[in-house]
Amino acid sequence: MGIPYSYSFRNLWTRRLTTLLTASGMGLVVFVFAATLMLAEGLQQTLVQTGSPDNVVVLRKSANSEVQSGVERAQAALLESQPEVAIGPDGRPLLAKELVVLINLRKRGGNKPANVVIRGVSAASLQLRPAIGLKVGRMPRPGSVEVIAGESLARRFKGCGLGETLRFGMRDWRVVGVFDAGSTGFSSEIWGDADQMMQAFRRQVYSSVIFRLKDTNAFDAYKARVEGDPRLTVEAKRETRYYLDQSEAMSRFLRILGLVLTVVFSIGAVIGATITMYAAVANRVTEIGTLRALGFQRKSILLAFVMEALLLGLCGGLLGVGAASFMQLITISTMNWASFSELAFSFTLTFGILWKSLLFSLVMGFIGGALPAVRASRMNIVEALRAT
Amino acid sequence: MDAAAPPIVVIRNLTKSYRRGSQSIQVLSGINFDIARGEFVALMGPSGSGKSTLLNLIAGIDSADEGSIRIGEQEITRLSERELAHWRAGHVGFIFQFYNLIPVLTAYENVELPLLLTTLKRRERREHVEAVLSVVGLADRMDHYPSQLSGGQQQRVAIARAIVTDPEILVADEPTGDLDRVSAEEILQLMDRLVREFKKTVIMVTHDPRAAEKAHVIRHLEKGELSVT
Repeated sequence: MGIPYSYSFRNLWTRRLTTLLTASGMGLVVFVFAATLMLAEGLQQTLVQTGSPDNVVVLRKSANSEVQSGVERAQAALLESQPEVAIGPDGRPLLAKELVVLINLRKRGGNKPANVVIRGVSAASLQLRPAIGLKVGRMPRPGSVEVIAGESLARRFKGCGLGETLRFGMRDWRVVGVFDAGSTGFSSEIWGDADQMMQAFRRQVYSSVIFRLKDTNAFDAYKARVEGDPRLTVEAKRETRYYLDQSEAMSRFLRILGLVLTVVFSIGAVIGATITMYAAVANRVTEIGTLRALGFQRKSILLAFVMEALLLGLCGGLLGVGAASFMQLITISTMNWASFSELAFSFTLTFGILWKSLLFSLVMGFIGGALPAVRASRMNIVEALRAT
Repeated sequence: MDAAAPPIVVIRNLTKSYRRGSQSIQVLSGINFDIARGEFVALMGPSGSGKSTLLNLIAGIDSADEGSIRIGEQEITRLSERELAHWRAGHVGFIFQFYNLIPVLTAYENVELPLLLTTLKRRERREHVEAVLSVVGLADRMDHYPSQLSGGQQQRVAIARAIVTDPEILVADEPTGDLDRVSAEEILQLMDRLVREFKKTVIMVTHDPRAAEKAHVIRHLEKGELSVT
């Protein structure tokens, strides 16, 4: 048996102020680390939850998003007649030909303009997205100049609240309902009748065709067939994949940014931990000599100080993760670079981020404590005892 | 003491020098010295005479340049550093001038420390620790931290720590050097009791003639050489 863990723990407790200050430094780094991962995770979850695995999004070939895509009416009709398309309870195909247009709206309060997605929808659009429900008001009547707004949008943008009027496409659109789309990207959209929108925006083509698969396993065969059909210049993706691809660039950017920031910050925190641990060793030279004289091997001393540094790191990790977990209360609104539209999402703490953050803090503690621990273990017993 | 019994400590031609910068300082030169089992030996001499160095060599925490030290059946000058640490854990008890207790551990935990290097179970360790704390008269203070004890009490905890593994020899470096007269006397009586009742061999370095009086044998070291009193 080696030196008891209580020795390491109590030494940290004895120097509580130094421990707290050093751990806070490490905690700050862990906070930045965890918060950026939580941000990336929140973004990804928001966009991925937006899609359903049974749904297929058909876009023009090589278009990365609905904004860049165009599907001609004839092609849309052909897609509608494919046998893989599920049929709804009303006997009509569960397929929506949608139009996506970006417009500029001003935010409430700040008057700052931001891009907002306008989605021209068909009757099946809501059925294809069961997570979306009308919260207040009613659905727009087909052929009318009415829209419904996502809850997040209604709250943050001028003219998007229930009963308010929006001006775009040279028309005034009345907001007749507010829909709840949970934490998905749809809650940052405005929906109206697709045909009315196409007229208003003078568009000849739809942006995308979305449908439910009759059999979810039929996707690969369907994809191969429509993408090989010379009459169609389209590309089919599962809706989940489509939104994951959209979020990838942004979340990768966030993760890299987070990693770079934390690596730079962590150098400071590790130096702090090293100084603290060197001071701990310097203050306990006689103790080290005594333990060695009693018969404890060098590796026991090494282990006791490494354990102390790891505990210090863990304290920092817990502080950082604790602070970061409060970030879940905050909702961030930012530009979705894939669709150039406004997107609202929250910091999301997952078990994966939790253990990665704690592991990161332990690694910082280990690196900070390694050199002082080696120094402690290499002390000459007689010289250490003479330091009394 | 049995005069016919082989000595527990046999030192032959022991030489030790230190380097200070480019200078080599001879601390011990050709020491020959035996200590009988159960003897209480006091090492005296002026500062720098090499008495602490000799004590450290006997305790196995320093290495000699030349010569040999045999403790019981073990020739300790031939042991590797690892083996020496293992040997110290079972055969030597240390008593220091400034007690050298671990401040963050209680009296009980301090005394238990050397037992953590043995294969004893927790319950057995508890029995040993309680027994030795009773011997030093501190059974009621086992949950106190060193800072909550007086100097004399701390030294008694340190003595309990030194004897808890039942070692053959106890090495004490100025054990009364930091104590008032009354506490010093108590500690000396306790050490005397360890020799008489528990048959320990004690080797003590001291400047204090009153402490040396308790010893059976007083050895004087001067300029690295021994003389007998």
